[in-house]
Parts: sequence; structure tokens; C-alpha cells
Amino acid sequence: MQTPEHASRPSGSVWTDPKLRAWLFQILAVIAVVAIGWYLFDNTQTNLEKRGITSGFAFLDNSAGFGIAQHLIDYSESDTYGRVFFVGLLNTLLVSVIGIIGATILGFIIGVARLSPNWLIGKLATVYIETFRNIPPLLQIFFWYFAVMLSLPGPRQSLDIGQMFFLNSRGLYMPSPSVTDNFMPFFGAVVVALIGIVLLTRWSKARFEATGKYFPVSLGAVPLLVGLPALAVLLTGNPLQWTTPELSGFNFRGGWVMIPELMALTLALTIYTAAFIAETVRAGILSVSHGQTEAARSLGLPAGKTLRLVIIPQALRVIIPPLTSQYLNLAKNSSLAAGIGYPDMVSLFAGTVLNQTGQAIEVVAITMSVYLAISISISMLMNWYNKRIALIER
Amino acid sequence: MQTHTFKPDLPPPLLSVGVLGWLRANLFSGWFNTLLTLLAAYLVWLIIPPLIQWAFIDANWIGTTRADCTGEGACWVFIQQRFGQFMYGFYPTELRWRVDLTLWMAVIGASPLFIPQMPRKALYGLAFLVVYPLLAYWLLHGGFFGLSTVSTTRWGGLMLTLVIASVGIAGALPLGILLALGRRSDMPAIRVICVTFIEFWRGVPLITVLFMSSVMLPLFLPEGMNFDKLMRALIGVILFQSAYVAEVVRGGLQAIPKGQYEAAAAMGLGYWRMMGLVILPQALKLVIPGIVNTFIALFKDTSLVIIIGLFDLLNSIKQATTDPVWLGMATEGYVFAALVFWIFCFGMSRYSMHLERKLETGHKR
Repeated sequence: MQTPEHASRPSGSVWTDPKLRAWLFQILAVIAVVAIGWYLFDNTQTNLEKRGITSGFAFLDNSAGFGIAQHLIDYSESDTYGRVFFVGLLNTLLVSVIGIIGATILGFIIGVARLSPNWLIGKLATVYIETFRNIPPLLQIFFWYFAVMLSLPGPRQSLDIGQMFFLNSRGLYMPSPSVTDNFMPFFGAVVVALIGIVLLTRWSKARFEATGKYFPVSLGAVPLLVGLPALAVLLTGNPLQWTTPELSGFNFRGGWVMIPELMALTLALTIYTAAFIAETVRAGILSVSHGQTEAARSLGLPAGKTLRLVIIPQALRVIIPPLTSQYLNLAKNSSLAAGIGYPDMVSLFAGTVLNQTGQAIEVVAITMSVYLAISISISMLMNWYNKRIALIER
Repeated sequence: MQTHTFKPDLPPPLLSVGVLGWLRANLFSGWFNTLLTLLAAYLVWLIIPPLIQWAFIDANWIGTTRADCTGEGACWVFIQQRFGQFMYGFYPTELRWRVDLTLWMAVIGASPLFIPQMPRKALYGLAFLVVYPLLAYWLLHGGFFGLSTVSTTRWGGLMLTLVIASVGIAGALPLGILLALGRRSDMPAIRVICVTFIEFWRGVPLITVLFMSSVMLPLFLPEGMNFDKLMRALIGVILFQSAYVAEVVRGGLQAIPKGQYEAAAAMGLGYWRMMGLVILPQALKLVIPGIVNTFIALFKDTSLVIIIGLFDLLNSIKQATTDPVWLGMATEGYVFAALVFWIFCFGMSRYSMHLERKLETGHKR
């Protein structure tokens, strides 16, 4: 710590010289770390030799020989462990992305609701937050999986929503779109509309700065975004074909299916993390002083613009850093999938693959580095965003 | 001379005072608010009456077997029958008094620490922290001084949850403080080592840490040196948690103004005495609420030991719900588990808020 610098010491031995002691201390620490590392490494080598395990990553090319309930890329039992890794990684990312989107939306709604002047709404939000953030996420996952999902009726007695979505103990079945020949003109129309909106926004901003006249962008954007694609559909026909799931035999065929493990996991993680995000949002909004609202109103800004241009940008500065750590927590908590057997990184790789191959060190090292990489990328992304919106002080 | 007498004040409009006034201001202040209130009231109506019906009115409270659960509602008989297992795991029934005694000793031993006027509190606290763990180990595990050994494989239930949480925080606190000091150190090598350590553990999920400690620790250690499963889980938890404690403590260290360091150095205090006598007492006081919050997180995280096959509260309940005699009791089991965890976590978070309020006053100007 702030050790005082002594340019010249009048007396005292060399041992009390703070600079020298610092050097000595650091050298000792490095030696200790290296020694411990070497000790562990050496033990591991001996242990591995005794057990006859050859270390290395060659096992990744071996055939896995087990099936996986959910794979986003093509996978069959004869595929390699390397492919299993990618299946698990994608499943982990899927849970994280769905969870982050869901928790952000739910969390913002509940955070705002907690500040509502409406007594009932405020109390409901408080009860939600205090209930769900004090129950372990794994327990919530178990509850949704074992007590809710698995006690749903079988496929023949599915709960259905408008004959499109079917919910039963095998998961949530929903219609899936498939691309037809008419998709390209439709897609082109959407792209053109988006480019048009960007140009319109730029023009409106430039005109506003030059003349002070305000042109509401949404007035042009909505017709563009709705009109052009609608025109394309009218001219060429339906761009997407929807396949609805249909009951055949004992199960549904066609459409997309969300397996119960994924449903339970995303529900629990969304609900759990939303409680924390709500608190973050509340703190952020409360951190903007009331004077800001008054100043904005006295400048003549209407309520909506006050919120959009004054309150939210300032609240976001406070919200973003803790929000980042909530996203990180959610990504890490997605590993709780191992508890209910959702085929994510941990349960597939650190579970099944480790048991089959016995390559403990390699498997655990790969798993840990994946999570480190996810953590670092999320925090880098959010840091970049944070820097963009941070207060620029002169 | 004519005196002018004022007429008595009219009472305020009925709609702006009392219950009606409150209702109008808080629930029906505009069409939008009214709509929200009605929606929320509908939501409450959808959830609360069926819940009460299930949990209390239709519930079955008395009985010994599954056949006694005849009503539509919850079957609390299941919880009653398995309560011992949920609290003590497979701890031998005739020896459960040892667990109870350990808990009572903790409650009675620690209670003087919460009395503000207690003299020599620090000394007492230190003595308690040294003596109690030894006593607790002797009582729970036994094996010497006349108590029979109860191997850790038989520990379980809420007792195991509490053991993991308290040993975890007791181990993580000193390690975390050292790491935080290291991270703020002037020496680059120490700083790099500490930053790497902290960021590594904070970047990986606890599950992978538990996996690592259960499958890799035996590989890391020389032949013959073997820990039991609980010990391995504890090592993982302590290392993991120490990184989080370190970040909380670092926050406190950063909040101490530089003048305090300079003043301590001017008094001729060396590094350790400066930290121990001047900086850490102030910094730790600032971060007590933060430490309680990490403890809450740790308490919730103890449920993950299920992954490596320890029978904590959650796993005991999960096992009981798969018992063929009591099939279909998953909801009751998990609701009970949630209630127990909730009471602990909510209680601690209230205590942390209370501490925050109590400690805040001294720092406001």
C-alpha cells in the first residue's frame, strides 16, 4: 500500500528497506506459486501414469456413441466427442440467450412496477422480488421440472392454444416456419425498408440541427416497415410456410418442440434473474434526482420525451454495470441444467463425456474455459456499451 | 361595533380523506391506474384463493401414511413423516441430540455478540471463533473423548446445508481479505497472482468447481492423501466464495480515503499493523452488508452439492419425492424446501438491511 518513499535512509539495515523487501516478498510469492503448481502437476502426472490414462485431446476424435435429446446442429450417435462439445455449447448459449432476453423484459417491467404510484401494483412487484430472489435457482428449476412439467398431461390430452401451440409432458410444440420461393423478395423489401429508415433518421436529425424543425421519424418509418414488405407479399405471395404440429400416434409430428427440460430451465432462470434485474432497474431510476424531471419539464419537454431523453439515459448509466453481472450470473446459472439432465455444456461434457472417457483434466479444463470465455465476452460487450453511454466529463 | 365571525370550516370532501381518499389516491387516480388496479386485483384473485385452498383448507395434516391423504389439497403428512430425514439426513436417530446441541451452542454462544453494550466483544468473538468449530466438529463427527464416530457420508438435510454454508463463509472470509489486500498491493507480482486467482473463480460456475474438486482433486494430491466427499466440496466452495468475498472487501478498501493510509504511515506503522489496526477495521465495517449478501448467495449455492451426490436439504427432499411409497409429492416437497430456504435468506437479507441502516449514520456528513 501507500508505503512512504524514502529517497535516502539515514540509518537502518538493508532488511528494513521497503523497496528491497518488496522485491524479496514478490520473488518468494512467485516461487511459492510455481512450487505449488509444480507439486500439483507432478502428482497429477504420477497419478495418471498409475491409472494408465493418457492425457491429451485425441479423445475428441473418438465416436461418442450416445444420443442427445436436443441438438441444434445435426448429430447422430456415431459422431465424435468434438461434435458433442459443440452441441452442448450451442444448447448452453440457447438457454443463456432466451434467459437473458426474457429476464431483461420481465425485470424491467417489474422494476418499473415496483415504483408505480399504484399501491397494489407496487406491492405485487415487491412480493414477486422478495419471493423469487430468496429461493435457490436450482430449487426453482426442480420445481418447474418435477412438479410442473412432468405432471402435465400426456400428448393425447395436451393443453392447446388455438390449435397452434400444444403443451404436454413432452414439451411445448409450436408451428415452425419454412422458407418458400417468395422469401427473397420479402427479405429484400425488409432490407430496403430498414435502409430507408436509417436514411430518414439521418436526414431528420440533420434538418433538426440545421433548422430546428422537428420531423417525427416514426411517421415515415412505420409505413416503410409495414408497407414495403406487405407490398412484396401482395405481389409474390406468402414468404413463409407454417407447419403446425399434429398428433400422430402417441406424439406430435412437425413444428418446433421445446423439450420440458429447456422449458423448466428457461422459466426458472428468467423468473429468478428478473427479480434481481428489477432491483437493479429500480435503483437506477431512483438514482436520477427529481430535479432532472423538473428541469426537463421546464424546458418544455413533454412527459414521454422527458423519460426517453433525460431519465432513461441517466438511469442506464447506473443500471448497466450491475445488469452485466446479472447476465453473467444467468449464463453461469445455466449450468444448473445438469440437475435435470438438459443436455448443456456441463451435463453433456463434464457429465457424460467425462464418465465415458475418464479424461477428467481435459474435460473439466475445456468446460471451465468455455464459461470463462462466455463471461469475458459478455463483460467486454457490456463494457463497450457502458463506455458508449457513460458520462463524458470535460 | 359589530364583530365579524367566521363561519366554521367545511369538512374536506369525502373523497379526499380517509379510506376513500387513500383508495382514490393510490388505486384509482386515473383511468389507466384504475385499469391497472383491476388487472392486478384479478391476478391476485386468480392466484391467492386457489393457493390457500390447496395449502390450508383442502390440505391433509394428520396421518402417518399416504392413504391418509384423501383431500384434494396438499399432503403435509408427507413432510411430517419425513421431517427427521429433511433435517438430519441419515444421521443416526439416537444421536441426533448431538446436532441439536451443536445448533443450540451456536445460538447461545453467538448471542452475546449481538448485544451492543457487551464489554470485550472482540475478544469474546475471537475466542468463540476458535473454540466453537472444534467443539462442533467433536460433537458432529465424534471419534474421540467418548463420542462415537458418525461419518460425513451420513450427514445430510438442513444440517449439512448449514455446515457447508457456515464452514464456507468462515473459510472464505480470511482468504478473501488476503486476496483483496493482494489485489490492492503495490507489488506487481502479488497483484497479478491475486487478480488471476479472483477472476478465474469468478468466471466459472460453482457446478464446474464442484466437478473439479470431486474428480480432479484426487488426481492433484499424492497417493494416500485422500479427503472425503464433503471435505472436497468444502474446499471447492471456500475457493469459489473467497473470490467473491475479495471483491466485496476490495470495495471497502477503496472507500477508505488516502489520508488514513498516510496518517497510519506517519505514525510509523508497518504494512500489517497499518492494515490490521487502521484500514481493515474501517473497511470491513463498511462492507458487512455486502458480506452478508455473499453469505446469502453462498447459502443458496449450497444446494448445488446435489450434483456431486451429497444429501443436503434439497437432495434429501428430492430423494424422498422419488420414494415409491410417496410418489406424486413433488409439489409438497419443493414448496417445503422453498419455504425453508426462503425463511433463511429473507431473514438474512432483512438483517443486512438493518445493519446497513445502523452503520450508515457514522459516515454521513
